[in-house]
Amino acid sequence: MDIIGTSLKRVDAFDKVTGKAKYTPDLIPPHALVAKVLHSTIANGWVKEFDLSEAWKVEGVVDIVTCFDVPDIQFPTAGHPWSTDPKHQDIADRKLLNARVRCYADDIAAVIAEDELAAEEAVRKIKVTYEEFTPILTMEDAMKEGAITIHEEKPNNVVVKSAYEVGSFEEAIKEAGLTKVVGDYETPIVSHCHIESANSFAYMESGKIVVVSSTQIPHIVRRVCSQALGVGFGDIRIIKPYIGGGFGNKQDALTEPLNAYLTTRVGGRPVVLAYTREETFACTRTRHAMKFHIESYVRKDGSFAARSIKAYSNQGAYASHAHALVANAVNGFRMMYPVGAIKGEAYTVYTNLATAGAMRAYGIPQIGFALEAHVDDIAKQTGLDPLKLRTQNMMKLGYVDPMTTITCHSTGLEECIQRGEQYLSYTKKREEYAKQTGPIRKGVGMAIFCYKTGVYPISLETSACRMVLNQDGSLQMQIGATEIGQGADTVFAMMAAQTIGLTMDKIHVVSKQDTDVTPYDTGAYASRQTYVSGMAVKKTAESFRKKLLEFAGFMLKKDPWDLDIKENYIVHTNKDEHLLSVADVAIESCYSLTNSTHIAAEESHHCTDNTYSFGVCYTELEVDIPMCQIKILDIINIHDSGKIINRQTASGQVHGGMSMGLGYGMYEHLKFDPKTGRMLNDNLLDYKLMTAIDTPELHADFVETDDPTGPYGNKSLGEPPTIPVAPAIRNAVLNATGVAINAIPLHPERLFNAFTEAQLI
Amino acid sequence: MYNFGTIYETTSVEDALRLKKEHPQAHFLAGGSDILIKVREGKLAGCDVINIYNLDELRGICLEEDGSILIRPLTSFTDVAMHPIIKQYIPVLGEAVNQIGGPQVRNIGTIGGNICNGVTSADSATTLKAYDAMLEISSIDGTRVLPYGEFNLGPGKVDLREGELLCGIRIRKESYEKTYGHYIKYAMRRAMDIATLGCSVNVTLSEDKKTVTRLRIAFGVAAPIPIRSTTAEASANGHAVNEALLDLVSEGALADVNPRTSWRASKEFRMQLVKEMAKRATKAAIEKAGGTING
Amino acid sequence: MAKKDITCTVNGKVRTYSVDVRESLSDMLRGQAGLDSIKHGCDVGECGACTVLIDGKPFNSCIYMAIWAEGKEIITLEGLSDTKGALSDIQQAFIDEGAVQCGFCTPGFIMASIPIISSETESSREEIRRQISGNLCRCTGYENIVNAIEKTQKKRIAEKKSK
Repeated sequence: MDIIGTSLKRVDAFDKVTGKAKYTPDLIPPHALVAKVLHSTIANGWVKEFDLSEAWKVEGVVDIVTCFDVPDIQFPTAGHPWSTDPKHQDIADRKLLNARVRCYADDIAAVIAEDELAAEEAVRKIKVTYEEFTPILTMEDAMKEGAITIHEEKPNNVVVKSAYEVGSFEEAIKEAGLTKVVGDYETPIVSHCHIESANSFAYMESGKIVVVSSTQIPHIVRRVCSQALGVGFGDIRIIKPYIGGGFGNKQDALTEPLNAYLTTRVGGRPVVLAYTREETFACTRTRHAMKFHIESYVRKDGSFAARSIKAYSNQGAYASHAHALVANAVNGFRMMYPVGAIKGEAYTVYTNLATAGAMRAYGIPQIGFALEAHVDDIAKQTGLDPLKLRTQNMMKLGYVDPMTTITCHSTGLEECIQRGEQYLSYTKKREEYAKQTGPIRKGVGMAIFCYKTGVYPISLETSACRMVLNQDGSLQMQIGATEIGQGADTVFAMMAAQTIGLTMDKIHVVSKQDTDVTPYDTGAYASRQTYVSGMAVKKTAESFRKKLLEFAGFMLKKDPWDLDIKENYIVHTNKDEHLLSVADVAIESCYSLTNSTHIAAEESHHCTDNTYSFGVCYTELEVDIPMCQIKILDIINIHDSGKIINRQTASGQVHGGMSMGLGYGMYEHLKFDPKTGRMLNDNLLDYKLMTAIDTPELHADFVETDDPTGPYGNKSLGEPPTIPVAPAIRNAVLNATGVAINAIPLHPERLFNAFTEAQLI
Repeated sequence: MYNFGTIYETTSVEDALRLKKEHPQAHFLAGGSDILIKVREGKLAGCDVINIYNLDELRGICLEEDGSILIRPLTSFTDVAMHPIIKQYIPVLGEAVNQIGGPQVRNIGTIGGNICNGVTSADSATTLKAYDAMLEISSIDGTRVLPYGEFNLGPGKVDLREGELLCGIRIRKESYEKTYGHYIKYAMRRAMDIATLGCSVNVTLSEDKKTVTRLRIAFGVAAPIPIRSTTAEASANGHAVNEALLDLVSEGALADVNPRTSWRASKEFRMQLVKEMAKRATKAAIEKAGGTING
Repeated sequence: MAKKDITCTVNGKVRTYSVDVRESLSDMLRGQAGLDSIKHGCDVGECGACTVLIDGKPFNSCIYMAIWAEGKEIITLEGLSDTKGALSDIQQAFIDEGAVQCGFCTPGFIMASIPIISSETESSREEIRRQISGNLCRCTGYENIVNAIEKTQKKRIAEKKSK
C-alpha cells in the first residue's frame, strides 16, 4: 500500500482540535515562581549601577539578579550544530545579562517572585544608572570611521566580511555589446510572529537543571545552556512539548539559558520565564534587513555574461546566526543563475537594533526579492521576455556549485514556470496591462527561486531515530527532529509505516523531545527534516523491519529473506496470504519462553549530501493609485520539492509560506525610533500581520520530481514557499504602473512616495 | 491577573456616580479594552476602578418619542451594528463600528468607551460627529447635554468633569432624516487596525436628487481630534450633484484638516488620503441617497 | 486581595469559582477550571487565541474580567466534544481540511467559527474571513481554516433543509 504521496490526516490533529495538546505554558507546575527581565531603556552604553532598594520591598520578591551577578561567560546562541573546529564555532558575544547595553530592551537584570504581578512591580521599581552613547541604528553609521565599537572583539562593527568570484568578472565585462543593468534593493526587518511567545520554565531534579521550553532545537539548546552556565552537557535536560510555531526564531537559545540559571538561584524551585508578546518582538530575534547592490552584464541574446553583488546585512546587537544568512543570500545569487562570471561580497554589521537571527528560508527571501526584482529590471531595460531570461540563465540539472559542490540532482523548475504561465496567461496579460492608463490598473508578476534542502556541507547534518515494538504489533517512534507545526511527526509516521509495512495506526509518534531520552537530532531548521531526519527514519524502519522478519522467520521456520510485511501481516514475498500478524510476532518476541527478544531499532544518519528544490510564484493584482493600495486578484505558488510525502500538509506549508511572503511583500516591517532605537510596533496591533480578510485565496501546486538523494525522492518544502512571493508582487506592480519599487514592504506609504515621484498622483 | 488597586462594584448608575464622587481618582471600567491594556502596560498599574460593565441600564438603543435615537454608552459595537434602529435609520454608524477590531473586540468594546477615550482615530467618532450627536453626561449632581462637536478637547482629552459619566448619545430626528451616509476607514489592514484616516460623509439631497441640501463631512486622524470640515460643507450645500462638487468637497477638506506626521504615517500621505477619500465617501453617500454624479 | 465567588455555566455545568477580583476570565478558566485549550498569544485582545463563547458570542477571555462572568454561559473548546469525547463537526472539519498546523491558534479559531457555522444562511468566503479576522494564524495562511468553516456551515444548512 502506498502511504507516501497520499493526504493522510495529521497525527497530532485530534489533540490539537480538542485542546489536549500540551504546550509549555500548559505544563507549568503549581506554585512555580515567576521571573521577569528588566530591559534597558537605552540602546547603547553601559549599566553603571542599580538601586534595588525599592524593588526588594515588593512583597513576594524572592531574588533579584543583575548583570553584575551572572557568570562571567560569553556564549553563542545560534541553533547551529556545534563545530569542533574553533574557526567555525558560533560567535560567543553575550552573557546571561549584560552590563554593556547593545540594543534598546537589552537584558540587564531579572527578578524572581512568587507571582507575576510582584515580579512586574519589582522590575518597574529597579532604578538604573547608565552611561549612554548615541545609538547606532544604520549599517552606514556602524561602519563609519571612528564609530563606537559595539563588541570589543569586532572593533569596526563588521562581524564578518566574505567574498567570492567565479570566473573573472573584470575580463567578462570587456565583451563587446553587453548591456549593463544596475539596481539597489532593500529588505526590511520583520518578525516571526509565532502565536506562542518565547517561553520556558526551569527546575532542578536529580541534580540536573531541567528546562521545559518552546524550542525548535532541544539538543542544541542543551549545549548552549551548558556553555552559558559553565556546566556539563549532561547536567542540563531540555524538554520540548508541542510548540506554537517557531519559524526560525526558536532556532536560537532564547529564554532558556537565563531560565536555567535562575532556577539555580532559588534552590531548583520551578521558575517560569515567559516573554510577553512585546518582549518576543523586541528581545528575541528578527529577520535580517539587507541591502544589495547588483550589476548585471547581459548579452543581446539574453544570456548573462557577468554579474556582481554587494550585500550588507544588519545583524543588530548580537551575533546569533550572524554571517551565515547573508552568505547564504550571496550564494543563492550565484546558484540561481550560475552562468557567466559571478562575484559576490557580503558584510554582516553590528548595530544597536534588535538582534537578527534565523527566519524561514534563511537569507533567501532577501536575495530572492533583490534578484528577481533585478531580473525584471533587466527585462524592462533590454526589452527581453522575463520568462525566457529566467529559463535561459537559471540552474539546470547536473549543476555543481563550484564553491559548495551542492549538486542539482533533480529539477522541475522549467515545468513550474510553464505551468504558472498557463495558469495565469502571464505573457498575454503582461503585454496587455503594460498599456493601461487611469487610476486603477492591473498587473501580473512572477518570480522563481532555488533553495538548498539541508545545511551540508557548510554544517554537520546528523539525525537519529528509535523504534520500539509494542506487544500488539504497534511501535513507538522517537525522533530527535522536532514537530513545530510543519507536520514532521505525520510525515515521519508515514515514512515508518510505508517502509516497515504497517498501517498508520500502528505508528505511535512520541512528539515530545526530552534530551535525556530522545535520540540526537539538531532540530527543526533549514528544510532538512524530511530529507535528513527522514533518512534516519528510513534507516531505522528498515532495520526494525529486518528484526521483525528475522523473528517471524524463527517462528515460521522460514528464511526471513523470503518474507515481507504487508499491512501489519507477515507474508511470503510477492504474495498476499497472511502467514502471521505482526502482533503475533510482537507478543511472541516479548513473552517467548525460549527466545524472548525485545525488538527495537535505532539508527543515526550522517547526511553528506544536499539538493536543490525549486519553485515559482505568479500573481495578478490591482493597484488603486490614488489610494496607494494593492489588491491581490490571484496568486499561485508552484513547487518542485521532489516527491510530495503528504499532499495536504504540503499544501498547508505552501499556504503558510505564501502568507508570510505576502506579509513580507506588502505589510510587515519592524520600526524603530530613530533617536532612541526603541522598537515602535512591538505588538500585534501595530505590526501588521495579515488577518484572514487581508489574505487572498492561496493556490498551491506541485511539479513532482524524484530526487535520487532524498529518502523518498523528496526535497525541501518547509521554508521555500515564502521566497518568491514578494518579488512577484513587486514585479506585478511594475507591470501595472511602470514604477519599479526596490524596497519592501510595498505598504501604502511606500506606494504613495513612489507614485508621487513618478507623478502618477 | 490585572494589577488593580480597588475594584468598586456597582448595582446602578446612581451607585456608580456616587462612587465616582467618593473616589474621583478611580476610573470607570466599561468594556475594558483600553483600561485593561493600560494597566497591563504599567501606565495605570495599581489604579482603582469602578466596575460598570454589568450595568444593563446603560446598554441598548431606542427610538424616543421625539424621533431621536438614543444610544446608551455600554452598547457594544456589535450591538450597535446589528441593531434594527441603527440599520434602518443610520446604517453608516453600524458600518463604521463594524470596522473596529475584529468580532471579539466588537463584542467587548463599547461605543461610550470609544468616544470617551478621546482618540482621533475612534471609528464611531467621525460618524457621530457628522450626525451632530448630542451627549448626555451625568454626575450625582445632575445631567448636562453637550453637542458632541464640543466634547473633544485635545488628543485623549474630553470634556468629562470630575464625577461625570457619559450616559447617553442622542441623534436627533432632523439630523438623520432623509440623510444617507458613507464611512471609509483607511487602515493598513482590513481588520484589527486603527484608522490611518477615517472619513464619514452624509448627505441630504433635493427631491429631484440633483442638488445637495445638506452635506456633513467629518474626519478622524486628520487632526488631533475628530473634526468636521466646515469649508467642505459650506461649499457643498446647495451645490449641484456633479464632479465639480466632489472636487470642491475635497478642496474644502484639505483646507480644514491638519494631520500630523507620526511613525505610523506622514502628513503628506494622510493629505493624499483626505483628498481622495473626501471624494469617494461623498460620491458613495450621494449614490446611497439616490443621486448620480454626472447623472 | 479581595476574593469573590463567581457562579457561571462552563461547558454546560454550573460552577462556582472563588476568584481574585483582579483575574481575567482566562486566568480563571485556565487556572481553576483547567481549561488549557485557552491560549495566550498577546494578552491584549489582538490575537484571538484565548477566544471563548460567552452567551453565544466570541470574546477574548484575556481582556474579560472574571467577575463579569457571573451568571454567564461560557463555552470553551473543551465543551464542543460530546460527553463521551466524540468530536463536533467543526473539530472534525479542522482535521479533515488540514486547518491545523502548530495548533496554538486552533482553539481560538474553532470558537470564533461557532457563530458562523450556526448561521441559518450561507456566508460568502469573504464574510467568513471577516468573522474570523479577530484571530491571527501564522502557519496556515487561513486557507484551510476558511475551507473547514465553509464546509461545516454548508453541511449544517443542508442537514437542516433535509429535516
